[in-house]
Amino acid sequence: MKRTLPTIVVNTLLVVGGALVAFPLVWMVCVSFMPRGAASAIPPPFFPVHPTLDNYRELFANHAAGRYMLNSAIVATLATAISLVTNTMAGYAFAKLRFAGRDRLFKTLLGALVIPGQVTMIPLFALVKEMGLVSTYGGVIVPSLASIFGIFLVRQYALSLPDELLEAARIDGASEGRIFFAIVMPLLRPILVTLAILTFLATWNDFMWPLIVLTDQKLHTLPVALAGLSREHVQDNELMMAGAVITVVPVLALFLAMQRYYIAGILAGGVKG
Amino acid sequence: MKVRNVGWWFVAPAVIVLGVFFFLPVLAALAMSVTDFDLYALSDSANLRFVGLQNYGRLLSEPLFWKALGNTLYFVVLGVPLSISASLGAALLVNSKVARLRNFFRTVFFAPVVTTLVAVAVVWRYIFHTRYGFLNYGLSEFGIGPIDWMGDPHWAMPAIVILAVWKNFGYNMIILLAALQSIPEDLYEAARIDGASGWQLFRHVTLPSLAPVLMLVSILTMTGYFQLFAEPYVMTEGGPLQSTLSVLYFMYEEGFKWWSLGRASAVAFLLFVLMFAVTVLQLRIGRREANV
Repeated sequence: MKRTLPTIVVNTLLVVGGALVAFPLVWMVCVSFMPRGAASAIPPPFFPVHPTLDNYRELFANHAAGRYMLNSAIVATLATAISLVTNTMAGYAFAKLRFAGRDRLFKTLLGALVIPGQVTMIPLFALVKEMGLVSTYGGVIVPSLASIFGIFLVRQYALSLPDELLEAARIDGASEGRIFFAIVMPLLRPILVTLAILTFLATWNDFMWPLIVLTDQKLHTLPVALAGLSREHVQDNELMMAGAVITVVPVLALFLAMQRYYIAGILAGGVKG
Repeated sequence: MKVRNVGWWFVAPAVIVLGVFFFLPVLAALAMSVTDFDLYALSDSANLRFVGLQNYGRLLSEPLFWKALGNTLYFVVLGVPLSISASLGAALLVNSKVARLRNFFRTVFFAPVVTTLVAVAVVWRYIFHTRYGFLNYGLSEFGIGPIDWMGDPHWAMPAIVILAVWKNFGYNMIILLAALQSIPEDLYEAARIDGASGWQLFRHVTLPSLAPVLMLVSILTMTGYFQLFAEPYVMTEGGPLQSTLSVLYFMYEEGFKWWSLGRASAVAFLLFVLMFAVTVLQLRIGRREANV
């Protein structure tokens, strides 16, 4: 490649832009390894001169970080597993099974995509309270047990499944349930992986609903716990950065490992939806 | 035929969940917004009274609600164009033929999208720290005096906009990148033969081809930005002087701090109506420009 002016400009902008975008996350990690108070200096230090794990030790020993992490993992895993089943069944049915009222039902669901989830939160709280689910894992996950977006994502993918294959299985006498589990599910694998990652990240990162419904601190997820902790420890920057690291790193690692599937999901939902 | 209605069994679990935990609450929100639903009604619905449009009337005459509405609109009006510009700029850079390490930079630009909002808000609150934050340190190198980002009512919302743009631009970048890659190369060839310059190519080939996608991402971004909540909750608690109090934050406080669930439902509905109206307006304008 020749070193022409556009080449230099474009690559310089990429490097500067990339550094600016990555900076907060890199700094977060660096400060999390600094001893208490070391980051409060002018100029602000970038690399930890005396790296230490004290902040992480304190988080897990005195602030129950392990407990919150477990809560987050349980909530995100449960929501992902259950919604994967409900969304896949529905998405497949909307694509490939004929039943009375199908198209009208699907149109209703699509139309409802414009309603933001926050509109439901107040009655949802009253409902969850009525069901005795305030401050339970069940209460946190109920709104994520099925999603219109997920159904839509699966349907778009399932439309491309060959009808002949399903017909052949029916002629061979396979039940609809068997066709779904033995033939459809394996063929849908790529979109299921995508949907699983999107759901897991969304529930892990979710804040407002868990904040409302988890009144018992023992059940707090990482974001809710971190928000509370950061209000009490405004000055403890090193500790807060360690808290941010343990919240962000699991999802960031999952994303980096499964990037291809995640991006595919955005393009399927964003461009066609 | 048996097959005909087996489909219902497949959609039933999802439809039941959505019905009970989404559609029912949407209708209930409308119903609750015309009652005085409060802490007493929460424990015993016999304490519930129908109050008509009183909640809406009170809200519209309450200065704090208008303040929250104004703040949210300010955030949207400032944040959406900045976000889309950043997304478009990043997409053009990553898509450039002369760029090196394109996949690497695409990943870097996208990484903030998957991070946890609460966690990065904590990080950015520290970057904005008046004394020890990196931003003021960087600005001081250019002779710009320390800005009290989180403590000055003029700067708190712009600070939140910076966080939001950083966190979100990667999402639309991916969508715009796909759109850029689907523009046929012939269009550029033809324009080049006609002697178009780089800027003219961008203005007369790239932008018009992207127009529908730009419309889509700006509507999606706008509806997302209307739901501002976690950033002020973590960074400023709505302050200073309520300068970062958003509509959703206002709803949260009405509902779960003061337990005026009826009023909070009315807030939620007003926000929804506003978002809906702005979306329709944007589509109208978009369509008219497409026809010109």
